[in-house]
Amino acid sequence: MLNSTPKELIERAGGAINPAKTCQPIGAMYAALGIHKCLPHSHGSQGCCAYHRSHLTRHFREPVMASTSSFTEGASVFGGGANVKTAVNNVFTIYNPDVMAIHTTCLSETIGDDLPTYIKATEVPEGKVVIHANTPSYVGSHITGFSNMTKAMVSYLAEASEENKKEQANIIPGFVNPGDMREIKRLAKHMGVKSIMFPDTSGVLDSPITGQFMMYPKGGARVEDIRDSGNSRITLALGSYASADAAYHLERKCKVRAITLKTPIGIKATDDFLMTLRSNFVKEIPYDLEEERGQLVDIMTDTHYHFYDKKVAVFGDPDIVAATAEFLLSLGMRPVHVLTGTPGGVTGASAGGFEREVKEMLDQSGVQANIKAGGDLFLLHQWIKNEPVDLLIGNTYGKYIARAEDLPFVRLGFPILDRSMHPYLPIVGYKGAMRLLELIGNALLDRVDRDASDEDFELVM
Amino acid sequence: MEEMEVVLLTGLPIEERRDFILTKGKQKRQLKCDADSVAGSVSQRACVYCGARVVLNPVTDAVHLVHGPIGCASYTWDIRGSLSSGADLYRNSFSTDLKEHDIIFGGEKKLARAIDELVRKYRPKLVFVYSTCIVGVIGDDLEAVCKAASGKHGIEVIPVQSSGFIGNKSAGYRAACDALMRLIEPGEKKYVIKSKNINYLGDFNLAGEAWIIKRYLSRMGVDINVVFTGDSSYAALKKAAGASLNIIQCAGSMIYLASRMEENYGIPYMNVSFVGIEDTSNSLRNIAKAFNDPEMAYKAEQLIEHETALVKPAIQRYREKLEGKKAAVYVGGGFKAVSLIKQFKEIGIDVVMIGTQTGRPEDYRRIGDLVDDGTVILDDANPAELEKFMLEKGADLLVGGVKERPLAYKLGIAFIDHNHNRKHPLSGFIGAVNFAEEVYATVCSPVWNYI
Ligand code: SF4
Ligand code: SF4
Repeated sequence: MLNSTPKELIERAGGAINPAKTCQPIGAMYAALGIHKCLPHSHGSQGCCAYHRSHLTRHFREPVMASTSSFTEGASVFGGGANVKTAVNNVFTIYNPDVMAIHTTCLSETIGDDLPTYIKATEVPEGKVVIHANTPSYVGSHITGFSNMTKAMVSYLAEASEENKKEQANIIPGFVNPGDMREIKRLAKHMGVKSIMFPDTSGVLDSPITGQFMMYPKGGARVEDIRDSGNSRITLALGSYASADAAYHLERKCKVRAITLKTPIGIKATDDFLMTLRSNFVKEIPYDLEEERGQLVDIMTDTHYHFYDKKVAVFGDPDIVAATAEFLLSLGMRPVHVLTGTPGGVTGASAGGFEREVKEMLDQSGVQANIKAGGDLFLLHQWIKNEPVDLLIGNTYGKYIARAEDLPFVRLGFPILDRSMHPYLPIVGYKGAMRLLELIGNALLDRVDRDASDEDFELVM
Repeated sequence: MEEMEVVLLTGLPIEERRDFILTKGKQKRQLKCDADSVAGSVSQRACVYCGARVVLNPVTDAVHLVHGPIGCASYTWDIRGSLSSGADLYRNSFSTDLKEHDIIFGGEKKLARAIDELVRKYRPKLVFVYSTCIVGVIGDDLEAVCKAASGKHGIEVIPVQSSGFIGNKSAGYRAACDALMRLIEPGEKKYVIKSKNINYLGDFNLAGEAWIIKRYLSRMGVDINVVFTGDSSYAALKKAAGASLNIIQCAGSMIYLASRMEENYGIPYMNVSFVGIEDTSNSLRNIAKAFNDPEMAYKAEQLIEHETALVKPAIQRYREKLEGKKAAVYVGGGFKAVSLIKQFKEIGIDVVMIGTQTGRPEDYRRIGDLVDDGTVILDDANPAELEKFMLEKGADLLVGGVKERPLAYKLGIAFIDHNHNRKHPLSGFIGAVNFAEEVYATVCSPVWNYI
């Protein structure tokens, strides 16, 4: 389908062709779903909300609940204050969540709705909470929206209520799947570290079937835990784009030390995550985890020759892409095209240096690459036409390029609309790295089998 | 006024929703519909842009440029399964990706640049420029930009006025039809109207459905001039005014276009439905009748007889397995809802709950006539309502769209997509078998035994 993509690169200034990002509110909606008994609320026209819910549903294959202010022409002229009031009232009477998390949309941002004032002027039932984040989609991307809603959790909820910090760590997991969040919690637990994770969509968007529809599934970060995050000793922000802002805000607000790490994809980033927990809580790495790591390295050595020097194009969300690129390097692969749709240095991401960070990493390994923040898949495709690769890694939208260029393709990131295990099976931690190895290895070797001539077709590989 | 039967809305205390739901009983009040959703509700409704995009998206060789921030374009990137026999430009996602700067200073320049770049790259004959909510607010003059671009490049650049907050999906259908009317305006050129040449409106060629109908009609000696808009192209649409009859399948989105074409070009129109054996047969007969052509009528009868004989045994087999099961239906348009009720009857299934997003009063009247007493009828349902009534009515199956699928599954209820994510053609005689098979595959799947 992309056969008409020209090889020749021309500077473009008229918007995006086949985007590698989407808009802020969906990220905010996803983050809000990571609070227990929270109903995300979209302050804008009903259409945006419908799209965001559908899109999340396609990726997670779970019901996604969110309410909308249902703007009409009147609201767009006179402002949406009245809609907020009615919405808050209706949401608590009908759907009875503990938390209502309001995010804005392009429309309400453009007409200049002042949410804090509206919320203050609205009666919220006893014991219930309304939080909000500004999420104009003409700034940043869905990752920015996720970051902004996570930050709102800190602004509205976190409190330093105790004199001494508790022996516990906050973990902000970033825009990853619920299975990943589960795995990160498992690692912390194995380390013997008490952790508070927020947002936490495990148990919400990977909930089991029970024959009942639960508007609010069992999972999600508890409000009291998010409050208590102000008493923790440290915050681990996993992924600078999605998580750092909230962590630094918490540091300012409650003096909880913020540490930004890579999303723990691959061996090095997982090591860093565990070592940070260790050095801060003086825990030994338990044997189980050492064993897992040993197994991973064993697999890497068993198979490294399959990966050696393979050229890879990887795209998606900045935190995921940066960490994945690091893992690819540790396998001896060459990520020669590295692209995210999220623009660099956006408001809301205190460390927006995607291009710089990836470049440093690749330089150290002596890999020359095209690196871009704020790019689109049209550009990525052009890069690949100019310098072909052996493998493509990215979200579902990569399949057009994979087909046009006949590339092995590993689906990773958000959204994945055409496969189904990703919400459950992690890619983080040592186990997640094993899974990635399997995905990548199978993609490459299936291709070798497919392309082998009869005489080269081998049983043992 | 007669007593009406009001549904007990325990657990659904929201007063304003009451008028949108009713249970078929002795007498009923008029169901409220086609109104805006209530602020603070988990509405399933989509926006104007969504409606417009649904209708225009299958125009395969057009550039579909979404003027707005990135999201509106991202979410509509190739999510509809409209098949093409040729061009695939429509499967790309083009957005002006408006940034803060554009919001403050206006997006017209960027839009003009985007059109220039895309035209240079893809050399299309036609560009649709969709306006999104924000464009309505910042006041970009779409009309002017499109006109200028059109003159500059010598192609058609048509604005689609689909700012989202001025209504719901139906308003979007209208915006799309307005855009189509501009496109098909023949201007000076007079088309020779061929006598057995028809336009087929409201089929988006999902899973190749329009192709099935095309084959049936050609066996009756009728040519399809152009399909609105499944697998259509610039050149084909341009000839639209040369048809002698318009048949409309998805009335919700197309009746407006049909009546405008009648007004402007004197092309009469009639409703058809190719959902289910009964409706398909009747539709083919009615087309023959419209041409007042005994030969054609004879061919239609032959076709109906032949095709029915082919599919009947299979349908009968499924019917035996499905008899007595109950279905809930929640779809976009009222017309489809009506056909589904009949189609379910063909396979022995009763519809116990039925709702639409954009049904019109007359659709609800027809639904009311078709369903049994006790069936719940609702407009723009939210998930809590769907859950409540499906459980209460003991539905075994839900027909819905993307958001309803996991909801049904969670309740242990089977599901089929009768929307844009359908995987098999559900039109015509063959579609009736596919439908029965899909229903059977999900309702009788062993997975339900493990819940
Ligand atoms: S902004 Fe308007 S046009 Fe875009 S998705 Fe939202 S409601 Fe629809
Ligand atoms: S209007 Fe803005 S918030 Fe709504 S879908 Fe479009 S980009 Fe997203």
